[in-house]
Amino acid sequence: MTSSLLEIKDLRKSYGDELVLQDVSLSLSEHQVKVVIGASGSGKSTLLRCVNLLEAVDDGQILLAGEDITSVGVNADQVRAQIGSVFQAFNLFPHLTVIQNIILAPVLVHGVSKEEAKVQALKLLERFDLIDKAGQYPDLLSGGQQQRVAILRAVINKPKVLLLDEVTSALDPILIAEVLALISELKADGMTMMIATHEMGFAKQVADEVLFLHQGQICEVGRPEDVLVSPQTHHLADFLGSLRRAGRL
Amino acid sequence: MSYRPSELRRQREAARHQASRRSTLIATVSTVAIGALLVFVVTGAPGFDRVRESFFNFHYAKTALPHVLSGLWLNLRVMFIAEIFVLIFGLLIALARTSRSPLLYPVRLLAAAYTDFFRGLPLLLVLFLVGFGIPGLQISWIPNSAVVLGTVSLILTYSAYVAEVIRAGIEAVNPAQRMAARALGLTQSQTQRRVVLPQALRKVTPPLLNDLVSLQKDSGLISVLGAIDAIRAAGIETAQSFNFTPYLVAGGLFVLLTIPLTRFTDWLTRKQDRARVQQGQW
Ligand SMILES: Nc1ncnc2c1ncn2[C@@H]1O[C@H](COP(=O)(O)OP(=O)(O)O)[C@@H](O)[C@H]1O
Ligand SMILES: [Mg+2]
Repeated sequence: MTSSLLEIKDLRKSYGDELVLQDVSLSLSEHQVKVVIGASGSGKSTLLRCVNLLEAVDDGQILLAGEDITSVGVNADQVRAQIGSVFQAFNLFPHLTVIQNIILAPVLVHGVSKEEAKVQALKLLERFDLIDKAGQYPDLLSGGQQQRVAILRAVINKPKVLLLDEVTSALDPILIAEVLALISELKADGMTMMIATHEMGFAKQVADEVLFLHQGQICEVGRPEDVLVSPQTHHLADFLGSLRRAGRL
Repeated sequence: MSYRPSELRRQREAARHQASRRSTLIATVSTVAIGALLVFVVTGAPGFDRVRESFFNFHYAKTALPHVLSGLWLNLRVMFIAEIFVLIFGLLIALARTSRSPLLYPVRLLAAAYTDFFRGLPLLLVLFLVGFGIPGLQISWIPNSAVVLGTVSLILTYSAYVAEVIRAGIEAVNPAQRMAARALGLTQSQTQRRVVLPQALRKVTPPLLNDLVSLQKDSGLISVLGAIDAIRAAGIETAQSFNFTPYLVAGGLFVLLTIPLTRFTDWLTRKQDRARVQQGQW
């Protein structure tokens, strides 16, 4: 068996004729934080969606704690229950209050009693300064608050891996900061994460490793201080240059 | 430091006040004018006296009222039973049509055929087919009471309408919601029941209530099968006196019966629109 928590081997995925991911291999060990960067359309979201089985892979394998989750006959619901996912749009359930959103999966999927789930949820909300929002409906929350609740909704299930896909790109700068602060705390807790982001400052801060995707292939991998400072390929150099010009680096 | 409204604010408020007084005045004048015109046209019509005698006769209204009321009691029971079954069947059909399970493929096909058929077929024909056709089969265990078969016809027709409304609601729920639920590990059916359906039903409550209003008034059609409901009772009265006032009494009662539901629907629609404006969805 492998020592890594999540291992992706030669992943390949296309939509119709368009090859979106090609020969993607990586391994994520426990407590590691990997940040995926790359231009829009480079395949970051597709990669994350393959990991939580919201997309079917064409070829290659994905192993979660040694188990091949892409093999035929795997129960996708059970796999997803072990993986936390948060996407760009917050996607809180608008008909449920904040706390109802958070305890839905623990109660329905993980067999936690409602009382116990509430206790855990309140603890999380307390810790991240959202306790006064517990009984509110999501549409009354700011974007930053909604996104933090969405992350907590995933975290409460104690996922083996947390996948975050551009969770701050719909927010303005001040709200971004509060979401990033939460993610940093999760890292301090030892959460294993794979994060797609356009926030390079944040990437530098939390990433153990940065992975640059270019047209569906891993183009460069390494420590953030290396990859983000001295690109080895002109693809990455171009990408960083365009970010710098946009004032985002 | 106390706040003192500025001169500018006082001017603004005065202007607003004047504008609102003016619109009230205009509304009043135009209502009175149109009302007067209507009265003039109707009462001035050459046959008005005859019409008034045969449609608005107080004496006949009074003698018909108890019979019509006892007929209405039947309508009420039919409406109530039909509404319950229509909501249940409509929901089940909508769920069948929107499910993706391959196991349910034949059910899906059947449900689609059912809704197409009964949305297209006039209710009156359904009433004839069910009300006269089924007793004709002479199957002993099927009741052949006009009330039961009339109610069944209403249920058959309105389940198709309601199923379509609920299906539209299910399909209007953002697919990202389903994704988010599945990503949390919820199964297909948990996602449907706990995430999609509650949102869908909220979205379609106003059109759903509209269908129920329509069902309430169509409950009067079971009279064609001979069930003695409010309309049939009015018909019996009319046949004795050759005066149409009893029909008007029945009509008035039906309107009274549906007003609470229509008002409630309007109120709910307005409330939802406001909420949507606040959420910036528009
Ligand atoms: N559901 C889909 N159907 C067809 N093409 C898709 C779909 N999702 C993504 N793509 C395509 O796959 C490519 C990678 O998209 P994506 O993974 O969203 O990139 P990123 O997240 O890096 O912006 C894009 O060219 C996009 O057009
Ligand atoms: Mg993306």
